[in-house]
Parts: sequence; structure tokens; C-alpha cells
Amino acid sequence: MSSRLETLVTGGVGTNVRRPDGTLKVRGEFAFSSDLWSDDMLWGATLRSRHPHARITRLDIGPALATSGVWAVLTKDDVPGRLHYGLEHADQPVLCDGTARYHGEPVAIVAADHPEIARRAASRIVVEYDVLAPLTDPRQAIEPDSTPLVHPDGNVARHLTIRRGDPDAHADVVVTGEYEVGMQDQAFLGPESGLAVPAEDGGVDLYVATQWLHVDRDQVAACLGLAPEQVRLTLAGVGGAFGAREDLSMQVHACMLALHTGKPVKMVYSREESFFGHVHRHPALLRYEHGAGRDGRLGYVKAEIILDGGAYLSSTRAVVANAATLGVGPYEVPNVSVDCWGVYTNNPPCGAMRGFGAVQAAFAYESQMDRLAGELGLDPVDVRLINAMAEGSVMPTGQVVDSAAPVAELLKRVRDMPPPPAAGPTPDVRELPGGVSNTTHGEGVVRGVGYGVGIKNVCFSEGFDDFSTARVRVEKLPESGGRLVASVHTAAAEVGQGLVTILAQIVRTELGVDQVTILPTDTHVGSGGSTSASRQSYMTGGAVKAACEAIRAKLPNGVDALDEGAAIEETVEWRHRPTQALDERGQGDAHVQYAFAAHRAVVDVDVELGLVKVVELACAQDVGKAMNPDAVAGQIHGGTAQGLGLALMEEIQVVDGMIRNPSFTDYLIPTILDMPPMRVDVLELADPHAPYGLRGVGEPPTISSTPAIVAAIRNATGRRLPRIPVGPEDITGTRT
Amino acid sequence: MRLTFTANGEQRRVDDIWEGESLLYVLRERMGLPGSKNACEQGECGSCSVYLDGVLVCACLVAAGQVEGRDVRTVEGLGDGAELDPIQEAFLEAGAVQCGFCTPGLVVAVHDLLGRRPDPSDAEIREALAGNLCRCTGYENIVKAVRSVVAT
Repeated sequence: MSSRLETLVTGGVGTNVRRPDGTLKVRGEFAFSSDLWSDDMLWGATLRSRHPHARITRLDIGPALATSGVWAVLTKDDVPGRLHYGLEHADQPVLCDGTARYHGEPVAIVAADHPEIARRAASRIVVEYDVLAPLTDPRQAIEPDSTPLVHPDGNVARHLTIRRGDPDAHADVVVTGEYEVGMQDQAFLGPESGLAVPAEDGGVDLYVATQWLHVDRDQVAACLGLAPEQVRLTLAGVGGAFGAREDLSMQVHACMLALHTGKPVKMVYSREESFFGHVHRHPALLRYEHGAGRDGRLGYVKAEIILDGGAYLSSTRAVVANAATLGVGPYEVPNVSVDCWGVYTNNPPCGAMRGFGAVQAAFAYESQMDRLAGELGLDPVDVRLINAMAEGSVMPTGQVVDSAAPVAELLKRVRDMPPPPAAGPTPDVRELPGGVSNTTHGEGVVRGVGYGVGIKNVCFSEGFDDFSTARVRVEKLPESGGRLVASVHTAAAEVGQGLVTILAQIVRTELGVDQVTILPTDTHVGSGGSTSASRQSYMTGGAVKAACEAIRAKLPNGVDALDEGAAIEETVEWRHRPTQALDERGQGDAHVQYAFAAHRAVVDVDVELGLVKVVELACAQDVGKAMNPDAVAGQIHGGTAQGLGLALMEEIQVVDGMIRNPSFTDYLIPTILDMPPMRVDVLELADPHAPYGLRGVGEPPTISSTPAIVAAIRNATGRRLPRIPVGPEDITGTRT
Repeated sequence: MRLTFTANGEQRRVDDIWEGESLLYVLRERMGLPGSKNACEQGECGSCSVYLDGVLVCACLVAAGQVEGRDVRTVEGLGDGAELDPIQEAFLEAGAVQCGFCTPGLVVAVHDLLGRRPDPSDAEIREALAGNLCRCTGYENIVKAVRSVVAT
């Protein structure tokens, strides 16, 4: 039926429909969370801990309260409900509970007439600290007698072991390597922000940029001591997310200030505060041993991975599960031993970022595959092809991959793309390493080529009850000859990826209704789940499709059979197939779906100065079904760019628990000069278990671009480069 | 402090400005022109790009008092009423918009580029837009959008 309807209306599944919010966005009229405004509103500000580990011995809000224009100064004693919040476990204080466990932990909040007054008042709060020794080395955190204890139950948040096959397997050729991944920031452009408006029923309406409205609501309500229905969230315009908005930031604070003052309160983090105000990608230490036969076939992989979760749990346990279960990459390995720890330290808290544990492991296992190729004298693509998993392969968890896994095909496609042209005799400096800094006209520049391939799980795993809710309504208008209009109501967060476009496409395809409106995203409808794990097209797309099917079931002759002025509405809570928890050997069908991407990177390296110019990035990815081909390409471009950032420049520098570079001057993300032209090749091998056969798109390209770029630099320089991001000193061998 | 200046062709007067406010703050919070965005407030990201007397600037780096008597044009002043500027149209068609937070600044920066150089090379496009950060698109479709305006 859907294929027949696709021919009846334009703009259905598989077509390049424009974003419904695009016109507002190019005009500057789209209301982002930092654009909100209300008559008589106040501005909130936050005072944060200056120390990574310290006991507060004195806290005097008097001077702040005495500041003209200040309406409220609140501390932990003013939290009306539960004192802590958290995604998996409520361990993070709404406001410092007496001991600050990381640099930047919120201590007090202020509401004032003007943002500058609020900031100045916050700086006038007197805080005296008894500074304690911080735990900053994640290696220490896994020791049995690790001190200091960041939390009473020990410094290991999760230790996951995966054992498959023979633990004592031997091999002809063995390569070992130790790798390190620095702390990456999501660096969305739209800062944490929102507007809390006190309501007449004693509750609060919160307009905020987030990734998961209902879990925000439940945490906010608990901390405010309110019933969930007294806290109503509406999604404000989201300026990017990438995982950083899965945890709370200013949500409870703004609501506390609004309820305390009885006035609307707006909070907008500065860029500096944003670096302290959200979780980051887990830094990782990885030790790998790969054993293979002379033919290149892998016999075993042993891995030890330590992920630094920082001061609070956030989603560390789930990140551990990903790093461990995906830890050998998209390869068939008969004997696997993985130990993965997520630990507490007094470093900044880490949680979700695009790629979620798979990124860190991929840098290590892909580096190992290149070393293995070198050891065996094999081509790096060939060694991957020899070991590439396919449909029917068994994961280290024992799970059988039961839909397309075209790892070999993706690698061949990027390998066989035409290479970018060699630099001419008089190259434009803008296309050389160093660019307009004019550091070379070609001398000392060496070209390198590298490959990477990655695997990612899609949707939530390990038995999580993952669902999304959609309400679809179709109405035949009473006038104008009975025109049909449809609306879609969900709580699934559009964060820039284009979900709103796709939901309308699904309704057009399923119901043949041309005019589809996406209603505001809020908590007046059931949960849409998180906009993470590349899951929204699958989950909320699946829910909208199911709601349309429910409507069709009631109107077997089609929605055109509605009387003029009549409407039909269906609400569906939709689930993917169940997954299982992992047992003590890390065995179980833990994941819903696997997704794959491969990259080829071509770089020019100025080997004298250690500067890198990425010349071209090519990506091949299987997306099952390209719901909107332009949007798919956009995800691949953007995900690839974030992988480039991790390879070459992005790191939150944490020294003794202190963040040293909280600004866009000192934390660099790729500019348009850093990103090369891209070639993208999209495969559509349907997953029979998924709506339309689609496969999650957002994360895989972030995973494979990083190792491909580093491999290309190694190819050009011969350096080992065991740590990312790779800096000039690593290339020139001058890091001290 | 009172400020009088031209915003998008209209003479505007704004009262009760604190002297420490930036042009960006005045536009966004006092004049109902939130199209210019606040992503870094230190001139690194270009999200607040506006014209000041015809010159492209980061509104976050301009003290409010500096615009007294001058001419400011923001993203809201591009296009012609209901009609989009061809650059805005090209951004939509090329898929150069995802979250859209960088988009207004980029649209203004491209407008400035094409005003100065109607037929830029790819290298010139990239150099001109190097001060505008985008975290979603990887820039590929932004370059495509600019090229498509040049081609028409």
C-alpha cells in the first residue's frame, strides 16, 4: 500500500523534501532556546566550584542578596525536592552538597533583572573551601584500594567483561598497542538555555533545548518536589546536541528560581560556562593485543579499556557496554577477551557524545588493524577484508548479526573511488598544510592515505524498555471541497538532524495526505525517548508509521473516506524488538541493530612543522533506506567533521582536574578551511526488522573518520601516533 | 544610556542600555531582533555576523555605544518582505541548514562575500567563511549553496 501511495503525493519517504523549519532558520526567525523572552522575566546565573575536589566550609550569600536588582540567591538548602538527579542513577547534586567533586560543579544560583547583575551577584557569594586532593588518574581509579573515594561505593562505576572462545588462544603474529583518546566536547553552537515560567497550579512550564523531554521532566519534577504533571516541558529550538543535552544542565535551576520568585526566569550559558555545564566524551586508555595467522586472519583479540567517567555517573554504564561489546570492531574474531571499566574521578563528568563508546574503541582497533597489516606486509584494506564481518557473523557477545553487514563492500567502495588529484607544481597555499599562514609552498609536504571502518549499535540496548509515542490526526476540512490535512504530535526532539522532515514524509507515504503539520514537541503526549543512539528515525519514525497504520485499519478505503469536517486520530506507543542484558561473560543479544560506515582519508602533511591538511574524505555507509537522501548525506558530512576534529584538534585540556581551555579560542573545532571536500556513497540494504528497512545514520561516520585520518598521517610520516587528537608535536616528534 | 541608530533601514531609539552591553545584546534582548546568535561572544564563531555601515562585523565584539548614529543590517534585513534572498533560498535547496544556529551568521557572511566578489572560487569561499563555525553540516553543503548562487 505504501508504495502505491508514494506515487499519489509528492514528498514521501525516500525523497529530498526540504526541512519544514528551514525558512524560519535562514531568516533568523526560528526561536532557539536562547531567543526566548517574556514580559517581566529575570535572568539566572550560576556560581560554580573553582576546585575539582573541595569541601565547602563557609557559604555566605549575603553580599549577593544585597545587590540591587537581585531577586533570589539559592543554594542546596533551597532545593525543594530530591537533592540529586541523574540519567541512570540520581547521584549528581542539583547544587553542591557540601563537597565539590569537579571543577565547575554548581554551588549557587542567582536571579536578577539583568544578566550582568546576576553574574556579578554570583561572584559576590562568599565561598570558602577546604581543598582536597583530587583523583585525576583513571588508572588509579580501578585499583582495589583506590583513594580518595569520589563516591562511597568505590571508584568503579562499571566493569564489564566479555569472554568468547579460548582465553589462552595463541597466534603466529601478535601486535600489541596502547592508545589514548583525549576528552572531546560536543561543542554544539546553541548554548544551554531555556525559560521557566511559574504556573498558577504551583507547577512550572519549561521551554528548553533538550534531547529527551520526559526524562528531563521526571528528574526536574523529583528535584522540585512536584508531581510530573505539574512540570510541563516544551522543546525550544535546539542549536545542536550531539549527546550533550541528554543530561540536565540549567533545567532544575531555572525552575527553582522561577518558582521562588514567581517570575519567568531565563538562563543562557556563556560558551565558557557551557564547557562546564554539560558532560563530555569519555577520555579513554586502551590496551590491545591482536593475534593473527600468517594469512592475516584474526585468531584472538584481547583488550583492556578504561573510560574516565569523571565525578558523576551520567550514562557511563551504557558507554562502557558499547565500548566493550563493539570493542573488536566489525570483524570476525573467534576468541575475544575484553575488560572495560568506567570509573569515577574528580575530572569533568562524561556521558553521551555521538558515537558513545564506539568512537574510543574504534581508534584503537583500527590502529591495531593497520599495525597488523604492516607486520604481515599486507595492504591495510586487504587485512580488513580478510576479517570483515558479514550478515550471519557472531559478535563477541554471541549475538548473531541478522541483517546486512556490508563491511567488505563499504571498504571496497571507498578504496575504489578515484583518488583526489595530486597537488600541482604551484599549489594554492590555501590548499596546503598551514594554509594562509604561508608556511610552505609544497616543500616538506608528504601525502598519505588511510582507511577506517566502524560499527555502531542503533537504539537502546541491554534490555532497556525503549519506546516512542506518536499521535497522528487526519481531518477533512469542512470547507474548500474537503481538503485533507494531517498533524503529528510527538515528544521526540528535533535537534537539527531533520526528524521533523522525515515524520511528515512518513505520513505522506502512509496516508497519502499532502499537507502535514508537525505540532510543537512537548510532554502533553507520551515519551518519544531520547534523541540519541541514532534511534529517532527508527523509533519515532516507527511510531508515526504505526499510528498511520492504525488509522488505515479503521478506514480501509483510505482517509479520503472521511466525511467533511470529520477527523480521525490514533496514538501509538511503539517498541523495537526486545534486547537482553549481558551475562557475567558479557554474552547476550544486547543490541537491536548494527550500523557500519567506512572512510578513506587523504592528507597532506608538512612533516617539518607537523601541520596537516586533509585533502579529501570519502565515506561509504549503509543506511538501509535513505528516508531523505539529502538529510542522510548531511549526517555523514557532519559526523565525519566531528571525527576529523577528534583526530586533529579537539580536546578539553584537563590539568589536575581543571579545565584549561573553556572557549572557542582555545578549544578548536573544524572550520570550513579544515574540512575537505567529501565523497559520499550510500548503500540501501534493508534491515527487515526496521521500519522501511532503515538503519540509524547519525553516529557511524563519526566513528570511522577519526582512525582513517590518523592512519593517513601515519602513512605519510611513519609515526606511531598512539594518542588523539594528533598535534604538530606528535608528528615532528617534539612533544615534551 | 540612550542609543539611536538605523537597524535594517529603520531609525530606532533604545533607552536604558547599560554601557557594558554589546550590539548583539541590544539587538537580541532590547530590539526584538534575535536572528543574530550568541554562540561564543568572543568573535570566534561568526554566529552574530551583521553589517555595520556596510562592513561585516561580529555584533558581540561591538560595544553598544559604538553604533550611535550608524547603520546596522542584520539577517532580518536581508530578503525582500516575504521573498527570501537568493542566498537564503540556496541554503534551503542545498541542505546547508541543520540545527540552523550558525545559519543567520553564515547567510550574512555569504551576502558580504558575494557583494565583494560575485564569482568566488572554492578556495575563496572557504577563506571568506573561515570565521563562521558550523557544527552540524561539515560545511560541504554550505559550499554547495554558495556555488549555486554564483551559478544563477
